[in-house]
Amino acid sequence: MSQPSISKSMTIGESGLAVVFAITAFLCVIASAKALDAPFAFHAALSAAASLAAVFFIVNRYFERPAALPPQEINGRPNYNMGPIKFSAFMAMFWGIAGFLVGLIIASQLAWPALNFDLPWISFGRLRPLHTSAVIFAFGGNVLIATSFYVVQKSCRARLAGDLAPWFVVLGYNFFILIAGTGYLLGVTQSKEYAEPEWYADLWLTIVWVAYLLVFLATIFKRKEPHIFVANWFYLAFIVTIAVLHLGNNPALPVSVFGSKSYIAWGGIQDAMFQWWYGHNAVGFFLTAGFLAIMYYFIPKRAERPIYSYRLSIIHFWALIFLYIWAGPHHLHYTALPDWTQTLGMTFSIMLWMPSWGGMINGLMTLSGAWDKLRTDPVLRMLVVSVAFYGMSTFEGPMMSIKVVNSLSHYTDWTIGHVHSGALGWVGFVSFGALYCLVPWAWNRKGLYSLKLVNWHFWIATLGIVLYISAMWVSGILQGLMWRAYTSLGFLEYSFIETVEAMHPFYIIRAAGGGLFLIGALIMAYNLWMTVRVGEQEVQMPVALQPAE
Amino acid sequence: MKAILTVHNLASDLVTTIWTPVFVAIFLAIVAYAFWPRNKAVFDKAAHLPLREE
Repeated sequence: MSQPSISKSMTIGESGLAVVFAITAFLCVIASAKALDAPFAFHAALSAAASLAAVFFIVNRYFERPAALPPQEINGRPNYNMGPIKFSAFMAMFWGIAGFLVGLIIASQLAWPALNFDLPWISFGRLRPLHTSAVIFAFGGNVLIATSFYVVQKSCRARLAGDLAPWFVVLGYNFFILIAGTGYLLGVTQSKEYAEPEWYADLWLTIVWVAYLLVFLATIFKRKEPHIFVANWFYLAFIVTIAVLHLGNNPALPVSVFGSKSYIAWGGIQDAMFQWWYGHNAVGFFLTAGFLAIMYYFIPKRAERPIYSYRLSIIHFWALIFLYIWAGPHHLHYTALPDWTQTLGMTFSIMLWMPSWGGMINGLMTLSGAWDKLRTDPVLRMLVVSVAFYGMSTFEGPMMSIKVVNSLSHYTDWTIGHVHSGALGWVGFVSFGALYCLVPWAWNRKGLYSLKLVNWHFWIATLGIVLYISAMWVSGILQGLMWRAYTSLGFLEYSFIETVEAMHPFYIIRAAGGGLFLIGALIMAYNLWMTVRVGEQEVQMPVALQPAE
Repeated sequence: MKAILTVHNLASDLVTTIWTPVFVAIFLAIVAYAFWPRNKAVFDKAAHLPLREE
């Protein structure tokens, strides 16, 4: 395996990427100079700086590294690549806290509007997409990239494909987040929910995402394990579908290549339908399929039990794939969308009960024979409670897609409550559980710094979720009922501002719940930090101690 | 042009008519694959995959 006589030279990837980034830096400087608006000039300058940093990083890394690239195997065991995973896991925790904090701020702004301070940059309208993107794409996305790079290597028994490519994916993705997030604060948005970033950020994400797909696929292609494990199917569905959704929902034409503003190719109800085809499948394939992959690897591993039914996992996967893509129209009930399309969306949403609950049962029953571990292992408890929340919110979702229920729930806080039972309970908890597992594994530690702190995190966050979702249920149903209340003379009984006033106490309870969730995440960050800093080294695995990562 | 449109209409009619049975057939084939007795050993082994390390 070792080739001591090899002469050191740059790989094609290193020299090629360095040149591409150098050219990009030059073009970005020109774009910055010719920019039509200030945010575009700022983003072009930021991109120029990042491109120069990339050139420096690539060249510096070349001078620092040994002549030969890291071997695929050491002593017959795969030489896993943990560097990009560690970076993504760190960024997940960072963005998670940022996203939860911004959530707490906007929840407080709703309760006390004075907190907008009459400043455009921190007004609710700009902070709200910052919150959603930070928690979904920045926190959730980094968790998915970190865990997918880990799971695909371990379950294929192969080193992650590419040398610079995995770094390009994790750094490029986080740079996209930076551009998107700062754009929101400066008022750059194409006003599509969960697809707010403007055309240039979208183009950059496309390049990064294709690289992600290629790294993932190439790792699967060189696998030593003949069977492609079910978690990899879910990850692949997530990566492929997000690529399709992103391209489908963003065919926008910029007003100028030197300006941030663009217009979408189609308008009206076509745009609305495309937007919610995108929006709901972002829920289905980003927030569901990707995190189900985590469930199928991390729960068996942590519980030390096999998957309850592998057959069910195959049917679960394909049923989800066949059904989810049709559910989008339930976001457009009682709009200009044709009635039959609304009914189609509702029907497929209801059918989604089957794969959702099939998957939930599969996750929960994986604990058979190991239920006692819930008492002693708070990490496993977090993972299992996340699956319970998954079951709960995937019961609620189809119910809310029924048109008569939707006529009460739509545009009310009930929707916010539903989303957060899924986001905090399912996505949040399964991510926390996965990170609690992943950090000791990736950093080669015997275990977490403190299980007691995990326990505190679990209970504080659970209390926060309960406060949040129950407040929003009550608030939402109250709101819906007040909106449709008529007097005996046929007039609306309440003015809109009266319904807003009625929300106030629930907004305070919601902010308190969000605050508890944030405190839990801060405890987690401390725990993970201490695990890396002072945690005892796992000695039996010298393989992972490879340098230059 | 008219011929192209006719072909296009025929193709689109065909696709919109048969996609439901085609998708149902594909899904049923997947279910059959999942429950095929001969595949049981592979799946049982795969269910243990996260527990087998390195």
